[in-house]
Amino acid sequence: MDWVLVLTQALNGLQLGILLFLLSAGLTLTFGIMDLINLAHASFFMLGAFVCAWATLYFDSFLIGIVCAVLGTALLAFVVEKSVISHLYVRDHLDQLLATFGLILIADTGVHLIWGPAGLAIPLPEPLQGQVRMGELVVPAYRLLIIGVGLFIAASLYWLVNKTRAGMLIRAGASNRQMLSTLGINVQLLFTSVFILGAVLAGLGGLLIAPITEASIGMGNDIIITAFVVIIIGGIGSIKGAFVAALLIGFIDTFGRAFLDSIFALFMSVDAAETAAPAVSAILVYLLMALVLVWRPQGLFPPKLR
Amino acid sequence: MKGVSTIHRMGGGLLLLVILLTPFIMLWLGKPFWLDIFTRLVILAIAASSLSLLLSVAGLASFGHAAYIGLGAYAVGIPVYYETYGGAPWLASYSGWWHLLLGVSVCALFALVTGAISLRTKGVHFIMITMAFSQMILYLLVGLEEFGGDDGLSVDLRSDFSLPDLSLPSAESFGFPSLNLPSLNLPPVNLPPVSLPPVSLEEPWVFYLVCFALLLLVLFIVSKVKHSHFGRVLQAARQNEQRVRALGINPYRYRLLVFVVAGVFAGLSGFLFANYAYFVSPSMVEWTRSGELMFMVILGGVSSLLGPVVGASVFVLLEHFLSRLTVFWHLPFGLLLLMVVLFGRGGIIGMLKRDSQQ
Repeated sequence: MDWVLVLTQALNGLQLGILLFLLSAGLTLTFGIMDLINLAHASFFMLGAFVCAWATLYFDSFLIGIVCAVLGTALLAFVVEKSVISHLYVRDHLDQLLATFGLILIADTGVHLIWGPAGLAIPLPEPLQGQVRMGELVVPAYRLLIIGVGLFIAASLYWLVNKTRAGMLIRAGASNRQMLSTLGINVQLLFTSVFILGAVLAGLGGLLIAPITEASIGMGNDIIITAFVVIIIGGIGSIKGAFVAALLIGFIDTFGRAFLDSIFALFMSVDAAETAAPAVSAILVYLLMALVLVWRPQGLFPPKLR
Repeated sequence: MKGVSTIHRMGGGLLLLVILLTPFIMLWLGKPFWLDIFTRLVILAIAASSLSLLLSVAGLASFGHAAYIGLGAYAVGIPVYYETYGGAPWLASYSGWWHLLLGVSVCALFALVTGAISLRTKGVHFIMITMAFSQMILYLLVGLEEFGGDDGLSVDLRSDFSLPDLSLPSAESFGFPSLNLPSLNLPPVNLPPVSLPPVSLEEPWVFYLVCFALLLLVLFIVSKVKHSHFGRVLQAARQNEQRVRALGINPYRYRLLVFVVAGVFAGLSGFLFANYAYFVSPSMVEWTRSGELMFMVILGGVSSLLGPVVGASVFVLLEHFLSRLTVFWHLPFGLLLLMVVLFGRGGIIGMLKRDSQQ
């Protein structure tokens, strides 16, 4: 076994897992607290990337790009929550899904109108372009940054939800929102803030990956389904579940794509392994989901009953 | 009330008649391309009707219905590919019967397995899981490099439904031209060239009529299911699952069966789609396609049999006109979807009904 390769893939898996966590944290929060299922989360992922790309090119600074993207997604999330989403809290999930699907169509076309059909690449600042050597292991510096920032955000989120007053309200809202509003808490304000928080996290995910993949129209539309798989496996409404499941899926997907053909080759011909491996590794994540569902339909860490 | 429902029934028949005849009238007006649009419309109406069987009868919001369209389509694409380019003799064939059999069994099996798992859950879980399973099919198809992967696969010719043993020989082989019987010294009979009308799916008009007939069949079965014991159990379980359970009926098996039936019908529309477009690709399975199907059902109205047909018609026609106006046609589309969900309860048919009851 080539340990350098394994370690490299482990870092890739960690990176994918963190990206998935940034997306699914918002999804699972909005579902747990507002009982809202939001496809347009994918659009905030894309918008974060596009605003960051545009601002980075305009101001010639990645840092300003990040600040603009965070503020931009927060502002957009505020507008969308007030104009559309707030009417959807009382609707059933199908209505929410369709309306937010409509929002995706609008957002995708809006980006097309503003920035054109082609993607936008984000140039990285000089210090982030290099590579970091750790013994035999060579890792692009920017990937390490993604992992570091992602872990930092996950830790902050843990602190926010478990150690602060705002987090207390979030947890209370998740377990019983009627009680919360009876106690004189402004639930509407809480909902809006949580929605904005989720959108900003998604936007951060988008802008972090954009320098690698570039910002493109509909870039969030596929990964959002994987984020759904994450929160199904983790248990809908649970941040801890989202974190564990995101890393699990990140690793399984990455290792499956990298090593499944060699594993298959142990017990079948190399040709057959090379044909079967890509197809099987592509569906590995969904097989995992199916297994978890057979075993625990409510996911690994279902939130406590209301 | 009875009068109102008669009006609705007549309206429904009229709608189907209009759909059937429009391409012919358009041909007469010199616009033959409408046949193409209406073929697509009818195929999508079949898919939307199968989804509405799940949604309106059983209350199961499947958001992965496009997977079955893809499976049904590849059940045409792959055998035709092998027959044309060689390989996999057990699979290769141009025969439409084989394509149908393959598509129906694959869809039924996929629905059975994924339904058995996803029906253990409810609500949002169910929606997301059906979505995830259809995404699984998408990635599986993308992973099949042999069949073009991402780019898809062109289908060289339409499914062949002629039965080799019963195929009628052409007029020529009966020797019709030699009928002038010279020995009787009769003036030669100039028979017009006799040939059977070409009953082949390659003929666009025949294909359209076949699609339309299949739509009628699906609508007929859906309405039969709705009013059967089976359908009543499903509707009762949708409204109050606990009561149904208290009566000693476990809705799980009923739901699984309807899930399979709906999957097979969607597979049928996929079979037609592959034949219609001469092309299959993983993009048929993208979840946004499932979203569009759901949109058609909601747009037309869930409570009525012809709701999905109305929804598919409006969808296809709007898409046609808007996409001719602007490349940004998804914008008004998205807005419309938003409006329908936020304000248009009961879809188009719901609005019409409210008007006629006032």
